[in-house]
Amino acid sequence: MSTQDTSALRERLADQFKSFVDPAFVLAEESERKPYECDGLAAYRHLPLIVVLPETIDDVQKIMRICHAEQVPVVARGAGTGLSGGALPLENGVLLSLARFNQILDIDKPNLCATVQPGVRNLAISEAAKPFGLYYAPDPSSQIACSIGGNVAENAGGVHCLKYGLTVNNLLSVTIVTAEGELVTLGSGGLDAEGFDLLALITGSEGMLGIVVEITVKLLPIQERAQVVMAAFDHVETAGQAVADLIAEGILPAGLEMMDQPSLQAAEDFVHAGYPVEAAAILLCEVDGDNEEVSEEIARVRQRLTDSGATEVRTAKDDNERARFWAGRKAAFPAVGRISPDYYCMDGTIPRKHLPYILREINRLGEVYGLRAANVFHAGDGNLHPLILYNGNEPGEIERAEAFGGKILEACVEVGGSITGEHGVGLEKINQMCAQFPPEEITLFHAVKAAFDQQGLLNPGKAIPTLNRCAEFGAMHISQGDMRFPHLERF
Amino acid sequence: MSDNTQQLIDQVQSAHTNNSTLKIVGGNSKDFLQACTANDTLEMTSHAGVVNYEPTELVLTARAGTPIVEIEKLLADNGQYLSFEPPHFSENTTIGGAVASGMGGPRRPWGGAPRDVLLGCRLLTGTGDVMRFGGEVMKNVAGYDVSRLMAGAQGSLGVLLEVSLKVLPAPSKTITLTQNLSETEAHQTMRELAAKPIPLSGVCFANGQLYIRLSGAHASVNAWSKKIGGERLAENNTFWERLRDHQLDFFDRSQPVWRISLPPAAPSLACADSTLIDWAGGQRWIISNAAPEQIKAEALNLKGHAKQFYGNALPEPWAMSSQVALGPIQKRLKETFDPKRIFNPGTHANL
Ligand SMILES: Cc1cc2nc3c(=O)[nH]c(=O)nc-3n(C[C@H](O)[C@H](O)[C@H](O)COP(=O)(O)OP(=O)(O)OC[C@H]3O[C@@H](n4cnc5c(N)ncnc54)[C@H](O)[C@@H]3O)c2cc1C
Repeated sequence: MSTQDTSALRERLADQFKSFVDPAFVLAEESERKPYECDGLAAYRHLPLIVVLPETIDDVQKIMRICHAEQVPVVARGAGTGLSGGALPLENGVLLSLARFNQILDIDKPNLCATVQPGVRNLAISEAAKPFGLYYAPDPSSQIACSIGGNVAENAGGVHCLKYGLTVNNLLSVTIVTAEGELVTLGSGGLDAEGFDLLALITGSEGMLGIVVEITVKLLPIQERAQVVMAAFDHVETAGQAVADLIAEGILPAGLEMMDQPSLQAAEDFVHAGYPVEAAAILLCEVDGDNEEVSEEIARVRQRLTDSGATEVRTAKDDNERARFWAGRKAAFPAVGRISPDYYCMDGTIPRKHLPYILREINRLGEVYGLRAANVFHAGDGNLHPLILYNGNEPGEIERAEAFGGKILEACVEVGGSITGEHGVGLEKINQMCAQFPPEEITLFHAVKAAFDQQGLLNPGKAIPTLNRCAEFGAMHISQGDMRFPHLERF
Repeated sequence: MSDNTQQLIDQVQSAHTNNSTLKIVGGNSKDFLQACTANDTLEMTSHAGVVNYEPTELVLTARAGTPIVEIEKLLADNGQYLSFEPPHFSENTTIGGAVASGMGGPRRPWGGAPRDVLLGCRLLTGTGDVMRFGGEVMKNVAGYDVSRLMAGAQGSLGVLLEVSLKVLPAPSKTITLTQNLSETEAHQTMRELAAKPIPLSGVCFANGQLYIRLSGAHASVNAWSKKIGGERLAENNTFWERLRDHQLDFFDRSQPVWRISLPPAAPSLACADSTLIDWAGGQRWIISNAAPEQIKAEALNLKGHAKQFYGNALPEPWAMSSQVALGPIQKRLKETFDPKRIFNPGTHANL
């Protein structure tokens, strides 16, 4: 599109949006659009064509109808904490921010659920539910900032998801506006709904199947007590084995996290969590339940960790120390940010038994690319976050960091894992999708998208690569004769 | 105990070529719920066997035709279990059928449904292609969550060849308490219990009794059972199995028995002649002679939905969502996975 056409389109959209959205929330000037040019993956930036911040569901429907008529793509944005470029704007597209959808509509104590708008912060739900003795279980480390709509779009996890599940396990219903501007509810007031489980399908769909405008989440009763044990190990492998030993013992911890030496050192320097900085790795193991149960389980956990070779096992002596142990873990990303000019966060998952292999592989690849990595690990569920340290001002380093990250993810796929456990594919991991899925499955994903969004207007170009892109990426070969769904366009 | 993939592919491809239709049949235990009109069957029980199970990974992968009893036995031998407590209905029930039906047992509100534990699947599509979605890892958000979409799809979107499920350590202690209460008192009590951090694994009102099942660590189960109070049910009482498999007297096959799924605190249904409350309120079984439209309308009004299970001459097709804008989306999904509509025709209404 020519510059002239682009400005004309921007003006036309602005005029239409301003007829129902307060003009202060239709941002067309470059300086106003600038803050929206990236999400948490700041290396990728695009200025959106226009930004609009609607206030009501009706506004969202109107916006979608206009964009549908104009054939303009739309990218939804929650809090912009995503780490895979999912909310990265399109230069020819509308950026639709849900920031003004910030109301908790209802805390329904009798039914143990809350109905909220998508822009509500994750932590705000638990805070609002607390007076009722309830909380919302999934707790991503970004929970003070990220929005529940973004959590639905990414199927966010947290440090407690081994026991309490991911976002998908904690939803009752989600109301979406479709690409055509229709309003539909997926799920029901009960635990299941008629027809296909579209609630599961929309969760983790990265804003590509619909705009989430209202969400009903499950709330759980707050446990009487939670206690955390920290164990230090002088080998990462021993720590990995200790995790398997705990599970073999029949213990299902509420949280089970591992940090390696570089990340625990960084976290210690940053928040003074009280971690033993000389350790090669630490495990944080949280147990919750009622008083007697927690005492019983903590004793078992301590014994098991000692038998598995921990050099030190420390139970948080009070709530303050427990909060400090977790603060170190939850601040691991920013802490690593302090020891390196830049860092690049990866998000692979593996069958847990392959942890020692993957860690060795990360070290080996680090030497190949001349970069270091710090590792944070949702050990209970096999979700690894290598944080690659680099300096964006050094020519070529970011490219090396990206190549290094890509190789780590491919190694995860090789051992039967996935290129993303909770951060989503976005734009960042789109090439690695070609390593995880053969062309038939990728083609099917495009067909699933087309079932919801026939024109491909919702967040196009993210999450699912085109077959051409995969062909270029070189990880696979397509024979034209075998092409399935030939009616679908190959971008 | 064998891999029958090739034969299944051949049969699907031949149906695809010859424009015939297939009814996917596992243990046939849920036939009473299938209004399928296919002209041939795709027999799954010979495609059986556990493919991978490592207790410390908390994942089990099995071919779809594997009997549930076999899986449960294997898990129990390793101190683990399927948290969604699948209904058996018959001894032959297969894991593929359990997942495809989407049904959870009495532990559903706390232990989830098949959708919650399904980590991945191998799927045979309507064009005879084998695809793999999800995997054997706990977390995976690469691509759309196609495997969870298969849970509860009643086979209308494809043939589950293999499923990978999250399994959990079995609770070390389980006891059941009973209290003599009226329906109203029982419903109120269940909602009070559900709002507390009690290790509940079943809460049901049947036949003038409230049944409260607790599962967890010894200390916790003992402490809560003292606080809650009531009669202890004998260990060998099979109440929960009979509830799970609809073997209680309430599920009299000659009466119109309806399942209503709705918000757990919703009031009793006016159209019910008698009610069994499960899932701490979230699943009601009612016997009702009211007109089907009236029962469905009442359920919808309470933000739930209704389906008749017993007492009808022929099984009623499963309903699709009645929201108008979802109609074309659901149809396009069906066509994506099964373009010639060869699987389980008639199973879903208006698909
Ligand atoms: C320090 C840090 C720690 C983190 N820790 C975790 C963690 O522990 N676990 C975890 O899972 N993630 C974590 N994240 C990643 C991120 O916070 C999550 O992915 C979060 O769910 C994104 O929410 P958001 O509101 O910021 O979404 P955004 O970044 O705004 O958007 C993310 C995606 O969702 C789409 N989207 C947003 N809102 C909607 C909507 N209403 N309707 C449709 N689509 C929508 C966007 O288009 C985009 O594709 C972390 C991020 C940071 C910066």
